[in-house]
Amino acid sequence: MKKIFDNAEQALADIPDGSTIMLGGFGLCGIPENGIAALVKKGTKELTCISNNAGVDDFGIGLLLKQHQVKKMISSYVGENAEFERQLLSGELEVELIPQGTLATRCMAAGYGMPAIFTPAGVGTEVAEGKEVRNFNGKDYLLEYAFDADFALVKAWKGDTQGNLIFKDTARNFNPLMAMAAKITIAEVEELVPVGELDPNQVHTAGVYVQRIFEGKNYEKRIEQLTVRKK
Amino acid sequence: MALDKFQIAQRIARELQDGFYVNLGIGIPTLVANYIPEGMEVVLQSENGLLGMGPFPEEGKEDADLINAGKQTITTLPGSAFFDSAMSFGMIRSGKINLTVLGAMEVSQDGDIANWKIPGKMVKGMGGAMDLVASAKNIIVAMMHTNPKGESKLLPECSLPLTGKRCVKKIVTELAVLEIKDGAFHLLERAPGVSVEEIKEKTAGKLTVEGQIPEMIF
Repeated sequence: MKKIFDNAEQALADIPDGSTIMLGGFGLCGIPENGIAALVKKGTKELTCISNNAGVDDFGIGLLLKQHQVKKMISSYVGENAEFERQLLSGELEVELIPQGTLATRCMAAGYGMPAIFTPAGVGTEVAEGKEVRNFNGKDYLLEYAFDADFALVKAWKGDTQGNLIFKDTARNFNPLMAMAAKITIAEVEELVPVGELDPNQVHTAGVYVQRIFEGKNYEKRIEQLTVRKK
Repeated sequence: MALDKFQIAQRIARELQDGFYVNLGIGIPTLVANYIPEGMEVVLQSENGLLGMGPFPEEGKEDADLINAGKQTITTLPGSAFFDSAMSFGMIRSGKINLTVLGAMEVSQDGDIANWKIPGKMVKGMGGAMDLVASAKNIIVAMMHTNPKGESKLLPECSLPLTGKRCVKKIVTELAVLEIKDGAFHLLERAPGVSVEEIKEKTAGKLTVEGQIPEMIF
């Protein structure tokens, strides 16, 4: 099937400068490591990145920031990245901070073909500035628009050659939402299996949403906050 | 004696009820999980996509794919469920989560909360806090009564950018338990040995004190 690519370099080859790209993941959990590495290697510039977080200084989206490939970040929380903070305060980087649920639901709306949503998150705060407020049943809601992204880079645990995806644990997070939301979704999976091997009952993202798929390699899966208890 | 952070968490745990679904924020709120009363069924939600959050993993059993909203490695419990971020905030928005506990930099006597930004100093983002405070039916703030400079964090009006308006119902600090209603902080309980006078002195917003205020017992 035409959806299958050998690696990230091939799958991402045509992403032009100035693209709006969604990147799945929460913190460093479930991020498209291979796709990010390919973008760094390719040197694609002037990117608008929609992602819950901005990685850390030397991993995840932090790698793109370091190379000054990002023009604008749309995120909910960017706390773990000193380079990000520096670029933000110096004005090199444009940043739009939005509530996490709003971020998720604006992805969802795009994937469901709905132009906008109403959410109470941010009412009465600076997030509401310039936005339409509507009252439903006595409570105020903000109108928020569906995202319009050119590409989504998502990471799944398993995928098949038709693009059906299964995510693992909390590495699911924004991945299935972004997979549904972009014009072209590029999924990287830890294990690419022949069609028919995934149980249809267990599929999280139907292949119709996935335009390109490849098996990723050398996953580092870095842990941000290692917390354990003694045996 | 003012409460330590563990006692603040212990006091908040007394607000839990059997069958509650609870979202605990980062910091002191996370500690509340250690004081869920024996025999009580409380399910913890982590907004990155998990219901039924368990304790930290044993050394060597950590899994990078299994973290909480504070990005810490965690475990699941029997009955856990994973979901995507939209569903996670869906259950928050639609009122299925019974209690939210979070930290704050400032709370106003009207229940406004500020906890995400200090202009010119700290811009980390609101994460899920704005969604949580806008929708949760029951919000408890766990915080210190004063900031490191000794200034009250319980104010007539918040000075920092707001996270949400008129949403906080209860506050537990190292000095007191207070309820917010009718535009005032109502003193419900005081920490062992802490006087009403001290609480008055450290509360900049309107404080209502009715009758004898009981001491918390630990």
